[in-house]
Amino acid sequence: MNWIEHYNYWMVILLMMLGFYTIIARGNLVKKIIGLNIFQTSVFILFISMGKIPGGVAPILRDDPTTVYSNPLPHVLILTAIVVGVATTALALALVVRINEAYGTIEEDDIHDLDTGSL
Amino acid sequence: MAMLEHPILLAMLIPLVGGLLILITGNRPNLREAVTLVTATTLFWNVFGIYQAWQAGTALELSLFDTVTGIPIAFKVEPLGMLFALIASFLWIVTSLYAIGYMRGHHEKNQTRFYFFFAVAIASVMGLTFSGNLLTLFIFYEVLTLSTFPLVTHAGTDAARKGGRTYLGILLGTSIAFFLLALIATWAISGTLDFTAGGILPEGIPAPLVALLYGLFLFGVGKAALMPFHRWLPAAMVAPTPVSALLHAVAVVKAGVFSVLKITVYIFGIESLQSGQASQWMLYVAGATVLLASLIAMTKDNLKARLAYSTVSQLAYIVMGAALAHQLGIIGGAMHIATHAFGKITLFFAAGAIMVASHKTEISQMRGLGRAMPFTFGAMLIGCLSIIGLPPMGGTWSKWYLVMATVDTEQWIMLGILLVSSLLNIAYLLPIPVRAFYGGTTSSNPSTGIKEAPVFCLIAMGISASGCLLLFFYPQPLYELVSALFPG
Amino acid sequence: MSAPSTAITLANLATHYPALQIVLPLVTAPLVVLLRGTRLVWLIAFAVTLACLGIAVDLYAQVLQQGEISYAMGGWAPPVGIEYRVDRFNGLMLILICAIAAVVLPFARTSVEKEVADNRLSLFWAAWLLCFTGLLGIVITGDAFNVFVFLEVSSLSTYALIACARDRRALTSAFQYLIMGTIGATFILIGIGLLYMLTGTLNMADLAERLPAVTQARTLNAAFGFIVVGCSLKLALFPLHLWMPNAYAFAPSAVTAFIAATATKVSIYVMLRFFYTVFGAEFSFGSMPLGEVLMTLSIIAMFSGSLVAIYERNVKRMLAYSSVAQIGYITLGISLATTSGLAAGMLHLINHAMIKAGLFMAMGAVVYRLGSCRLDQLSGLGKQMPWTMAAFVAGGLSLIGVPLTTGFVSKWHLASAGFGAGLPLVPVAILASSLLAVIYVWKVIETAYLRAPLENATPVKEAPISLLIPMWIMVAANFGFGIQGTVIWQAVQQAAVQLTGGV
Repeated sequence: MNWIEHYNYWMVILLMMLGFYTIIARGNLVKKIIGLNIFQTSVFILFISMGKIPGGVAPILRDDPTTVYSNPLPHVLILTAIVVGVATTALALALVVRINEAYGTIEEDDIHDLDTGSL
Repeated sequence: MAMLEHPILLAMLIPLVGGLLILITGNRPNLREAVTLVTATTLFWNVFGIYQAWQAGTALELSLFDTVTGIPIAFKVEPLGMLFALIASFLWIVTSLYAIGYMRGHHEKNQTRFYFFFAVAIASVMGLTFSGNLLTLFIFYEVLTLSTFPLVTHAGTDAARKGGRTYLGILLGTSIAFFLLALIATWAISGTLDFTAGGILPEGIPAPLVALLYGLFLFGVGKAALMPFHRWLPAAMVAPTPVSALLHAVAVVKAGVFSVLKITVYIFGIESLQSGQASQWMLYVAGATVLLASLIAMTKDNLKARLAYSTVSQLAYIVMGAALAHQLGIIGGAMHIATHAFGKITLFFAAGAIMVASHKTEISQMRGLGRAMPFTFGAMLIGCLSIIGLPPMGGTWSKWYLVMATVDTEQWIMLGILLVSSLLNIAYLLPIPVRAFYGGTTSSNPSTGIKEAPVFCLIAMGISASGCLLLFFYPQPLYELVSALFPG
Repeated sequence: MSAPSTAITLANLATHYPALQIVLPLVTAPLVVLLRGTRLVWLIAFAVTLACLGIAVDLYAQVLQQGEISYAMGGWAPPVGIEYRVDRFNGLMLILICAIAAVVLPFARTSVEKEVADNRLSLFWAAWLLCFTGLLGIVITGDAFNVFVFLEVSSLSTYALIACARDRRALTSAFQYLIMGTIGATFILIGIGLLYMLTGTLNMADLAERLPAVTQARTLNAAFGFIVVGCSLKLALFPLHLWMPNAYAFAPSAVTAFIAATATKVSIYVMLRFFYTVFGAEFSFGSMPLGEVLMTLSIIAMFSGSLVAIYERNVKRMLAYSSVAQIGYITLGISLATTSGLAAGMLHLINHAMIKAGLFMAMGAVVYRLGSCRLDQLSGLGKQMPWTMAAFVAGGLSLIGVPLTTGFVSKWHLASAGFGAGLPLVPVAILASSLLAVIYVWKVIETAYLRAPLENATPVKEAPISLLIPMWIMVAANFGFGIQGTVIWQAVQQAAVQLTGGV
């Protein structure tokens, strides 16, 4: 097997699962956001690593026609995705701030108790 | 605008416009009632015009737009619908008269709402009677269910709410789960839903499938009140009596058996049903309903409840007539629509009149009441005899044709059921008027101070009771109308 | 098609409609934030929405006349540049989104006064416009990655819109939705990434051409799986619907009416676009067990959603669970993998949008007067708010599928498609689950009409006319398109034929 060659994918999967686990298992809303970030980052790495071409150089046009370039498109896409990710994180954090103001806690279980108590 | 003057469309528009006028004139009861009566009379006049045109051989048809691709909203005059439209529109006049006396005598609230939804219900009955394909029939069937719901729950009490829930649950439930399913299946199988003489199902469909489809239709038409989907009818008795009289003895329940007859004749075709024996199992269901409902009726002391179960039983006669899949059965069933309508509406009128005049609802309290209310109980006696099927009442003829049909098809069990059921009818109907006249008043139920019912009620009862008699002596127009179903 | 000249002049304005469809609301959003004055802000938003509706109608008319429209964004020809593509399916979707927005906006103006803090109003409208932009963008774009971007634009603004409500539970609902929604979007992103790895292109039409030649089946399957799961999360397919009930229940009523009618529908659009245009029906339904899985989940959704709705005491949550069931109908139609099944699914997609927009607006009016929509507080409301409750009854009848309503037309075609596919149990399931709808709709109606008002409740007035008119427009649409049931059906049938490859 050539699984060593694909170690970047293994890392992606590892990160993805870590992030996913954090989202599900942690009750603290900020930790959930961190988990979400790790989860998204794993996808960014997936994209970026696919743009890598062995022996390729940075995609800045040279005179030498034989030059092998890395694929720049995934990087561009991921720049966009990172922007989206940052926006998501910012919005999520803003929500957490307001949840903290409204409930006085950011623990999921406590919020749930407060909500069912108030019903 | 020429299309708006089409008589079939008018038959639906007249009650609708009448309903709107009722809403507008709601603050002035006299004017409102006048509007109701004028509307009802205009409608009957219009329907009678259609009848005359049809007799003269004019083919009246109307096709509107498609609601579902390939199936237009279409109307067509044919014998069954003609018969039903005549009965329903005529009895609307009578019931309106009755309702005026009843609703005022009983001091009901929200009378404007009552008359409005009544008119809407009649409009949907008109659409149903003249429908030219099964989808159109289904649409008006559902509108009828919904428009009668406010009438059933009119009182707004807990009992009314409960009754309304049963009413809507069963009628809407069966129509969606069974009727609509069978409808779409038929559409998928035959590619048309037009009512066609001889049926529309193509050849070569396995008999069990046809039998299944037939069962789905018959149970799906919950308004025909086949057991075990009959519970809505007794539940609907919480409604004011005019509703029970016209809608739950005539319009709504007859809409059910009318649909059954239509489906039998024009969707399945009686020849193919007969040859495939596909309706045999529904025959047993109908037979069981006839007997069981009669037995339950005997146990009911509440007059309206007893009448309701009697209706369930009588409706099953008509379904049986359809399921016999024989000309005479269809003719008998169709005639029974008419004769039972007159008989049962008389009984309900009497029940309501007793309630208004004496506030009595239980049969055991009515002993000796006949002397105080001779006219009411006289009408009731006529109604009872007609339902039982004894001469000189109209009910005789329809039962005669049904019996003939069982003999012709050699359904001896069904013949037995019909005979036993007639005996049961005697047992649970006849004692009511007889005891009222001849039973001594019990000391706990003094009938002193009780007078005859309001005069409007009496007129209505007089008309419907004479109808029962008339149908015995002059059944010819009725028979001719129905037998036009089978030319040659 | 050749790319139109990039310079926009009045003369060639119409050729730039695909771009304007997105750009117009997009640039208005920051403008709204700068302007602040709430009255003017709403007027601008409404004008832009109407303009978008006009553009959408014109685009659809163009499609009907000349076939598909391809527009190269910024003049960069596809597949390198981003392509906007309008065909019969997304042309309809554009009209749907714009029309719903145009009807709900006047409603929202009055409704949010009570449900959103005044100092947040201009931000609220900005978020609304961004959400609108995002939804339109998802639908119009022909570029897979662009779908992801617009999906996030609309989602992020939706989270913000939900959190605008005064109830603190809106915050937690928005947060929950954010987590689930981001996971869903990221899944779609992974799928798109894998597709790019396989083909080196992101243009959907180009992807469709290159994918059949792809030999790495496992990667392709993984891409398909990620996209399906991601879309299912976004469209709240059972069992991935858990974010939805709370989000719908606690969001400001106008937002609920808008997103319930559009957001999940757009996700279904994305899924269909990937199934049919990108992967191709043969792969989606042939090589993958998609039909079977989707059908099973849909049927479970239809029953479980309705059952939960029956026991729900908060009417907005009840309607949300009903949406879970109704989405089940849509995906059930799709899962039949026949053209008529697909068309029936699309039909219900449009019809359900109209039904739910009307119902949620009726409940919004109730919230406007009562401040709540708990079932027991609705007692006696039929007399106090006759027009509002009559609208609810009308919408409810359509939801049940009573004849002469859009709901009936949908169910008719869904059931027929079931028979057509040789699966008689599908119509049985559809009709049996409609019975459950009768129960929960009737619970509301019975409470409103047949129960006396609560003793300690203060009597309320009828909702203001500005709430009633939009509500009744939706009701009229429900009955209009229910009576003239062939109009939408023919349009979606053509769309389905085009999508399944009868180009």
